[in-house]
Amino acid sequence: MESIIYKVLLAFVGGGFLSLLAQILIDKTKLTPARILVFFVSLGVLVYGIGLYDPLYEIFGRGVATPLLGFGANIAKGVKEAVDKEGILGALSGGLTASSAGITLALFLGLIFSFIFKTKQKRM
Amino acid sequence: MDINEKKRLIKKHSPKSPIVKNMFFAFLIGGLICALGEVIFIIASEFFDEKTSQTIVTLILIFLAAALTGFGIFDKIARVAGAGTLLPVTGFSNAVVSEALDSKSEGFVLGVGAKIFTVAGPVILFGISSGVVYGIIYYLYTLFMG
Repeated sequence: MESIIYKVLLAFVGGGFLSLLAQILIDKTKLTPARILVFFVSLGVLVYGIGLYDPLYEIFGRGVATPLLGFGANIAKGVKEAVDKEGILGALSGGLTASSAGITLALFLGLIFSFIFKTKQKRM
Repeated sequence: MDINEKKRLIKKHSPKSPIVKNMFFAFLIGGLICALGEVIFIIASEFFDEKTSQTIVTLILIFLAAALTGFGIFDKIARVAGAGTLLPVTGFSNAVVSEALDSKSEGFVLGVGAKIFTVAGPVILFGISSGVVYGIIYYLYTLFMG
């Protein structure tokens, strides 16, 4: 039980810290939310590539996996595994394969909900 | 009234910096979303392997954010949370669904079909492109070093 509380707390701290970092970028620079997302996805690929992601993941778990940083790291991980398996072709196939479930669900729900729900105020 | 007293009063009565407030709520709500993800992960891990559990966390959070966006609740939370709801995968889901809802009046093919990628497109494009660059570097590395 104690280790579960510990894990949840670390996820809170990790995710909170990354969100705080993104908030500072929004408030202090001219980065729009869309650019923040792009920045953190690409950062995730970089952080995974230089080998920093796995140790962070070991500590913070969902705290680094849930933010878009983890989305990027997941792409990089998929690429790495695909390159190991099928060589250079894996550089092309690995990224989308690894992120396909999340992307597809978001897009599919977007389409379905556009049938069901009324238009909402634009936010981004 | 000495100078320190004056400074104290000025500090007491000036409005709190919105930046500090924004940072606080971004940390709090971003952290809570990831903590919720961890709870889902721990439960899922009882039944599935690590990779599947991770995917389940992502899918559940995407679903929750999409539903909250549809009901118009997400925007209310996001107004306070700022980057706290934007940065977790919930922000990606919200961006996709809100664009889809907003562009309904422009038709389903060039409205919803095209505009749904307004934010998702750049995220996917730069995500997988970074992945391709990394893949090539990694391939060359294994070729010469491995």
